[in-house]
Amino acid sequence: MLEIARLNAFYGRAHILRDLALSVARGEVLVLLGRNGAGKSTTLKSIIGLVRPAPGSSIRFRDREIAGLAPHLIARLGIGYVPEERRIFTDLTVMENLEVGRRSPPEVRTPWTPERLFALFPNLARMKDRPGGRMSGGEQQMLTIARTLMGNPSLLLLDEPSEGLAPVIVEQMAEAIAAVKQAGITVLLSEQNLHFAARVADRAAIVEKGVIRWQGSLAALDAAPEVKAQYLSV
Amino acid sequence: MDFLLVQFLTGLANASALFLIASGLTVIFGVTRVVNFAHGSFYMLGAYLAWTIVRALWDWGGREPWLFVLGLLLAALAVGAIGALVEILLLRRIYRAPELFQLLATFGAVLIVQDITLALWGPEDLPLPRPRWLRAFIEVAGERFPLYDLILIFVGPVVLGLLWLLFQRTRFGILVRAATQDREMVAALGVDQRALFTGVFFLGSALAGLGGAIVLPSQNANLQMDLAIIAEAFVVVVVGGMGSVPGAFLASLLIAEVQAFGIVLVPKATLVLVFLVMAAVLMVRPYGLLGRPQAHARAPTGSVAPVIRAAPFVLKVVGASALALAAAAPLYAGPYGLTVLIELVVFVLFAASLHLLMGPGGVVSFGHAAYFGLGAYGAALGVRFLAVPMEVGLVLAPLLAGLFGVVFGWFVVRLSGVYLAMLTLAFAQIVWAAAFQWVELTGGDNGILGVWPSPWARDKALFLWLALALCIGATVLLRRAIYAPFGYGLRAARDSELRAEAVGLNAAQLRLVAFVIAAASAGIAGGVYAYAKGSVFPTYISIPKSVDALLMVLLGGVQTVSGPIVGAVAFHGLFLTLLQWVEWWRAALGLAIVALVLAFPEGVAGFVQRRWEARFGAAS
Ligand SMILES: Nc1ncnc2c1ncn2[C@@H]1O[C@H](COP(=O)(O)OP(=O)(O)OP(=O)(O)O)[C@@H](O)[C@H]1O
Ligand SMILES: [Mg+2]
Repeated sequence: MLEIARLNAFYGRAHILRDLALSVARGEVLVLLGRNGAGKSTTLKSIIGLVRPAPGSSIRFRDREIAGLAPHLIARLGIGYVPEERRIFTDLTVMENLEVGRRSPPEVRTPWTPERLFALFPNLARMKDRPGGRMSGGEQQMLTIARTLMGNPSLLLLDEPSEGLAPVIVEQMAEAIAAVKQAGITVLLSEQNLHFAARVADRAAIVEKGVIRWQGSLAALDAAPEVKAQYLSV
Repeated sequence: MDFLLVQFLTGLANASALFLIASGLTVIFGVTRVVNFAHGSFYMLGAYLAWTIVRALWDWGGREPWLFVLGLLLAALAVGAIGALVEILLLRRIYRAPELFQLLATFGAVLIVQDITLALWGPEDLPLPRPRWLRAFIEVAGERFPLYDLILIFVGPVVLGLLWLLFQRTRFGILVRAATQDREMVAALGVDQRALFTGVFFLGSALAGLGGAIVLPSQNANLQMDLAIIAEAFVVVVVGGMGSVPGAFLASLLIAEVQAFGIVLVPKATLVLVFLVMAAVLMVRPYGLLGRPQAHARAPTGSVAPVIRAAPFVLKVVGASALALAAAAPLYAGPYGLTVLIELVVFVLFAASLHLLMGPGGVVSFGHAAYFGLGAYGAALGVRFLAVPMEVGLVLAPLLAGLFGVVFGWFVVRLSGVYLAMLTLAFAQIVWAAAFQWVELTGGDNGILGVWPSPWARDKALFLWLALALCIGATVLLRRAIYAPFGYGLRAARDSELRAEAVGLNAAQLRLVAFVIAAASAGIAGGVYAYAKGSVFPTYISIPKSVDALLMVLLGGVQTVSGPIVGAVAFHGLFLTLLQWVEWWRAALGLAIVALVLAFPEGVAGFVQRRWEARFGAAS
């Protein structure tokens, strides 16, 4: 589904991603793990095109090279991006936020509609006309995911969906991701919460200093305390 | 009492046109973040096109009211199309360039449109013939009030309502509101920004065009409309809060009423009054009446301002040689050559003073000509009222400029970003308005003549050396200040206010000091210029003069110390060449600016520096 090779990315002169390589198979949920500042968000931003990959980088999505394309073109190919900071349009109501995300690629059999999304996130159904700025953090997190799903992506990039959420909401998030996977969407998410990652993901990849250091199933990670100690513990 | 009512209604009528222009400007700024100087040109084109279209329709079908309305709407649509075209041909190529370069490009468009308008419609003011129904009056509390003005009163609220529907009820409107807040996120959701931006430019320009068209019956179409309206439109947009349409509506009412009653109360100071209102609003609400701080106003990735490095040895040698060559000019140049050289020297200091603010200070001034002009007027007023000799006049120049630098700077350094820039523009317009309207003091449009140098400096060569000593001397001092502890503090404050405050620097105070130094230096340049020309005029303080300074600094490159010098020489040289050789010099200059912005989005000196470093490595 997604093959990344030799991905290099910079902020100004700071070299953040170094020849990063990663591939995501159709239908799987892959979690990127790593400490603060490891380069998880930068990887996701490079895929959607918000950070421009350096020349020579290769990002192939369904056998098409997308490195260097403008974000809106990448999104239109079927990649949905949910940013870490959520970036809700605070002036717009819930329904209007969903409208911004709406796009219907022809191939999707059952497109996401506000009704389907309200079934997935019942909290949102109760505040259709509320401005995004007057929602709690958890509600905003649901809205940002719902907004991206309105674009009917086949690959969903989720940047730390559990960050700063109450346990009940984290549980809802895990269920939502399961439902998204059920709907046939491939998911690449970044996480710091190992427990949450283990709950939702099929496979894990660990980033450190812009390089993938380890890949494997979550069971394998659980059986390798030295890997966790080296790359994940603070 | 009745008179006041009529005045109030007149204010409401004027508010409508102001709102049309300002709403277009604010929508364009909100979505694209482009400070669009060309917006005044769209307004002017609206008036001219309406003049042509309405008259053509009347010739065809008689002077009917409905043909008049149709003509206005067609003119607005035509201007909308022109705006969309400007966006596609020009702005689309430079959205990634720094914001100020976009501003320069739009100013280039202003110059081009001025010449095109002149070529198509000629230099005369064009009045629209007014059939009886356009001249009709109604009785309001015993006073006569034009029927057309009464209709205008309703245009503003109707357009506000239509815009509200557009923004609430259509997908385009929802996308515009979303993009006003976070356009990067909108793109990440798959929306093509280019289509959105073109649509926004169409809408905004059409509104400006309609604004120009509806004032045609009461004001003739003329070539001064563009710059006359743009400052006012900026005021309304800033007072309302940039990006806010309801804010623009409130602000247009406020400003139009201030003008309507200002004419009665302080007829000499209406212009000053408007800008004072703006300054007052910004002091209480730094983001305007209904504006708010920009969410996600993060720096675009990879745009960290590079440190300013000391000039490499080679550059010092080049600089010293150039100076020697200039000083030796009386040996080889004629009087015209010396005059040009004196001007160049003056502009080097003018640009270098702005550079101190913009580069190390991070304070972008849209109104630096104010201090240049204050210097010039300081000297000229000394001559006119106190008959002081040149030596004293050249001391008065930086004193007056510096004094105003303290007063204006105190307000300015409390703001940031576009609001700050707009306040500097407003202060410059206050100074300009005083020079223009306060005829007893300044001679108004006729200026002050007879500002001659002392007898010993009447010789061109000696005056050149005087100018070199003062202007280049001051420029060198300014450059030293950049590397003094003061300069380091200033840069630290620019890069991170919090961090600077943590190590005990007072950021606002540092910026104020920089502002005053820059103002006084510009004042020296203005004083020398006044004596070089023998006269001063309000044009020294006009918007184009402030833009000249920006051009010199930006074309040179903000982040290089030699930038302003290179920029001043290159720009003034280009300007003089075009003035001398090209009949349509405005259009040529506009095209040159646009071409330069497209070719060197990091400035000429910045470009050279990058090439140099690529070749020989960074200078240490
Ligand atoms: N806009 C930016 N400008 C400059 N440097 C940045 C920027 N954004 C991130 N960085 C740097 O890039 C590196 C990688 O950041 P990134 O956001 O990808 O990390 P992350 O793995 O997502 O961390 P976290 O878990 O804290 O979200 C960090 O060292 C960070 O300081
Ligand atoms: Mg992150």
